[in-house]
Amino acid sequence: MVTYRVEDVSPDMSFLEMLDVLNERLILEGDDPIAFDHDCREGICGMCGMVINGVAHGEQRATTTCQLHMRHFEDGAEITIEPWRAAPFPVVKDLVVDRSAFDRIIQAGGFVSVPAGSAPDAHSIPVRKENADAAFDAATCIGCGACVAACPNGSASLFTAAKITHLSLLPQGQPERLTRAKAMVDQMDAEGFGGCTNTGECTAVCPKGIPLDAIAQMNSDYLKANAK
Amino acid sequence: MTWTDHRWIPSVWSVTATIERGAATAPVSAPKKAQRSRRPGGFLRSSNGKKVVMAVTGAIMVLFLLLHMLGNLKIFLGRDSFNEYAHALRTLLEPLAPYRTVLTLVEIVLVASVVLHMWAAISLSRRAHHARPVKYVAKKKSQANGYATHIMRFGGITIALYVVWHLLDLTFGVVNPAGFDSAPAERMIAGFDPSRWWVTLIYLVAVVMVGLHLRHGLWSAFQTLGWANRTRNKALRLTAGLVSAVLVLGFLAPPLAVTFGVVK
Repeated sequence: MVTYRVEDVSPDMSFLEMLDVLNERLILEGDDPIAFDHDCREGICGMCGMVINGVAHGEQRATTTCQLHMRHFEDGAEITIEPWRAAPFPVVKDLVVDRSAFDRIIQAGGFVSVPAGSAPDAHSIPVRKENADAAFDAATCIGCGACVAACPNGSASLFTAAKITHLSLLPQGQPERLTRAKAMVDQMDAEGFGGCTNTGECTAVCPKGIPLDAIAQMNSDYLKANAK
Repeated sequence: MTWTDHRWIPSVWSVTATIERGAATAPVSAPKKAQRSRRPGGFLRSSNGKKVVMAVTGAIMVLFLLLHMLGNLKIFLGRDSFNEYAHALRTLLEPLAPYRTVLTLVEIVLVASVVLHMWAAISLSRRAHHARPVKYVAKKKSQANGYATHIMRFGGITIALYVVWHLLDLTFGVVNPAGFDSAPAERMIAGFDPSRWWVTLIYLVAVVMVGLHLRHGLWSAFQTLGWANRTRNKALRLTAGLVSAVLVLGFLAPPLAVTFGVVK
């Protein structure tokens, strides 16, 4: 851990822009800039993410790090910044972690293997409103990994559950529903993530507010898959 | 005064950032594990499977606690009522089955539940420990209910230690002033005598610990078994809270009544 004083911070800056200011100075001084992941900077890509003062994405709820503004801190604030800490997320450099484990969970079954063709007409396949809502809520997951970072067990249950739930509630996801749940949960275990103890820390820091119900849905599908 | 009198003065802050600067713990290219996943183990080796073991054994223990609590309340109907109840437990199905058949079966199921519950808990906490080998530097503030992790693991150990004491006290009478040969009601009344107020205190702390353990544990079991969803969630959380509260009150009533001299 290295401590830096960052001057010229505007309260209207995003957290990442504050780091940009610091990095510009570090580069001018001939230092190595701080490595951190970022891409869209509008809260939808899931690239950015760091543990700020012990809370994934900072204390502002339902907000990614790029959408967190310095106005939520104070002038002269002391801020501790750490990477996501989990064995399945090895650190690449500074605040950058390798989240390929998530990709491998998706590869294990987070898809629908039917020829999709062009987009079907709306309402050609009826979906109950409740299911559509719940599936959409789950599908908002951007895979940032804050759930893993916040979980006291380093569990990836909320991510895996979101990916399972958004398909298992829709008609297109039904044929592979149980094999998908089994494959993805087994891959999650194989990656070395911890088990879920339903503490709810994940939901609390999730920038998309994915509800814990998704985990119950995953558990239910996984149980049924194993009962077969 | 015109609008030009108000000049926007940008505020300039400075902050101190303490940032993790680390050498890589990861090779930049994907690890070998990426190519093929390890062969998954059976249901009981999966984290979800272990959680199901915890949920089911936990549910068995909760059912036992409910019956145990109802039995304890018999002390309010008098010493004889309590002793008769204790005797009836041992002579249940008596003409058909030998003495203590049902009770022994219940004990076997309970011991198995405790062992399996602890096995799953230890195995899952080891897994959790391996999943985060490097701890956070900043003290992690809980963003959710917060108490669950501590009350489940630390609480579980506390409850296990208490159960050992509890069996020595009221079942085997080793640390009970009335001794093993006394009637159950005598052991209870002697055990929670006002002079032994500290025993009541241990009991009180342990029962509250059980209550907190169950408040999270019961709901957690519903969640693990996949029963929770957004329509049922409120009802399930309420059920967990109510059952825990009833158990705490029901278990605390007899010892407090004895210590404060309501039951003699």
